[in-house]
Amino acid sequence: MKNGVLTFSSMPSLYSTGVTAGPLEKKKSVFAEQFDKAYEDERCDLSTNEHGHKQLMYDAVMIALSKEKKTIDKIDFFLTGDLVNQMTPSNFTAHELGIPYIGMFAACATSVSSMITAALLADAEQARWLIAGSSSQHNAIERQFRYPLAYGSQKGATAQWTVTAAGAVLIGQHKEGNPSICCATVGKVVDMGMTDPLNMGAAMAPAAMETLSCHLKGHKKTIDDYDTIITGDLGSNGFKIFKALANENGLSHTKNFRDAGEEFYGNDPSFNAGASGSGCSAAVFLSDVYNKLQKREYKRVLLIATGALLSPLTYQQGDSIPCIAHAIEVTMDGVSVY
Amino acid sequence: MEQEKYAHLEKELSPKTPILKNVIKAFLVGGSICLTGQCIALFYITYFDFTERTASNPTVATMIFISMLLTGFGLYKKISQFGGAGASVPITGFGNAVVSSAIEHKSEGYVLGVGGNMFKLAGSVILFGVFSAFIVALIKTILVKFGVVSW
Amino acid sequence: MISIYITSFIVGGLICVIGQLLMDVAKLTPAHTLCSLVVAGSILDGFGLYEPLIDFAGAGATIPITSFGNALTHGALAEAEKHGLIGVVTGMFEVTSSGISAAIIFGLIGALLFTSKGNV
Repeated sequence: MKNGVLTFSSMPSLYSTGVTAGPLEKKKSVFAEQFDKAYEDERCDLSTNEHGHKQLMYDAVMIALSKEKKTIDKIDFFLTGDLVNQMTPSNFTAHELGIPYIGMFAACATSVSSMITAALLADAEQARWLIAGSSSQHNAIERQFRYPLAYGSQKGATAQWTVTAAGAVLIGQHKEGNPSICCATVGKVVDMGMTDPLNMGAAMAPAAMETLSCHLKGHKKTIDDYDTIITGDLGSNGFKIFKALANENGLSHTKNFRDAGEEFYGNDPSFNAGASGSGCSAAVFLSDVYNKLQKREYKRVLLIATGALLSPLTYQQGDSIPCIAHAIEVTMDGVSVY
Repeated sequence: MEQEKYAHLEKELSPKTPILKNVIKAFLVGGSICLTGQCIALFYITYFDFTERTASNPTVATMIFISMLLTGFGLYKKISQFGGAGASVPITGFGNAVVSSAIEHKSEGYVLGVGGNMFKLAGSVILFGVFSAFIVALIKTILVKFGVVSW
Repeated sequence: MISIYITSFIVGGLICVIGQLLMDVAKLTPAHTLCSLVVAGSILDGFGLYEPLIDFAGAGATIPITSFGNALTHGALAEAEKHGLIGVVTGMFEVTSSGISAAIIFGLIGALLFTSKGNV
């Protein structure tokens, strides 16, 4: 039984990335220097938040393409998603790009699920060039899932801040010297009965642990095979719980663990437990981690994006929060397994 | 890991709500807002033809006006993050709920957006306020009719 | 004259403390908390206890959302005293119109003047 475990024998490579962000991220994110483009206006000078959201993703794609001097007509598939109802910002981006489009929803785990699907298409030789990625826009998502922006509600220490950011990556056939995708694990939905939407980290940590265990077991690897194992947006609280779960599951240490959500805004307490959103993992994986791979500071990494699969309706109906985590392994070594 | 064991682990590791600190902050912010209301009521009593009883009407309207300005400039949510219930319990919190919903849904137009969504957050307060008043008044009126209590 | 300022601060603060405890200890959402307080204000007026609180604490009792429940009940009872059972329905908004009207009017004015911003 595969149990979600995938190996890509042809090792599709990452060719270039495009990361865009909003004004708050430009000002407050520790990764701001590594973003390709940051806007002064949170709506990207357009009329609504949703339109701005679309612009973030569109620009991220165009930046990734321009770095490799590729034109849109060369791209075979566009795989992306976001958190807005019916993923309309991604849909409108796909319309503007005119590339065959597969909309992907895995909440904040979309960055990795889109990369896994892109790698599958490339490995099956069904595509030469693909764009994968995900995005989020704070205003659009806050109003949909929580409260109007100007509403006064007291957020606790476990609440996270949805980032305004988009990340897109150009994936193609294997190229020596490029970061390449060797294997992945598709996660299962895990629900440990957590019900507080203002404590997503605690809901998502078990899903991350489940996927990490499946990945290590399925690919016969240990945590020391990686320079870093970085999760998407568990936040400071979820990350603490994830590391405790790792200890409970017999992993010897968590020294090389990172979490994009916890690091995104540094130690700024105004963001409570840190960053979240489908743009968070995409922005950090495709800027900081990608740059470190290219500079060979990292040689092999495991990216685990986590997502909470709830809606405002499920919360009102008293349901708990089901979560999922997808993992993808990217390496500078030319080999898939040793 | 079973759900019960995980719930236990999560409770141990997640930060505890600072209840005492929140209560003190709520007391200070709530008290200040009410004190502001009292000063405004005094203003209406002194300079206009209002008594201590009837001054509450223009006072409430003025407080909601102030709440609109603070909400629009993004300041009410900062007061609320600090004061918690001290900012949401006063009538200014009700004003904030209505005004913030109205501002947020401007992008969908004034009829469908603003009109259709304005009471998204405050509607339950109005519903339960009206319904409980109905039940309480009904019970009391019936009791008075049967001579059990007097007005 | 001085003491009304002290009592309004303290009573207003204490009602907010009750709200904070409902949110932090009973883990109610803000909406559930406010509904509970409104109903409490309504019931207190049914027992004739809220008006004396207003006399004692002034704005400390009229500004919290509990006074909304009180005002609705008070209006209903006043009208019922005059016109019988039908007054329960017809009298409610007579005393509370300033709060609701102000919220609606300033809500629209706010939407005309302001745009929502995602600042932290």
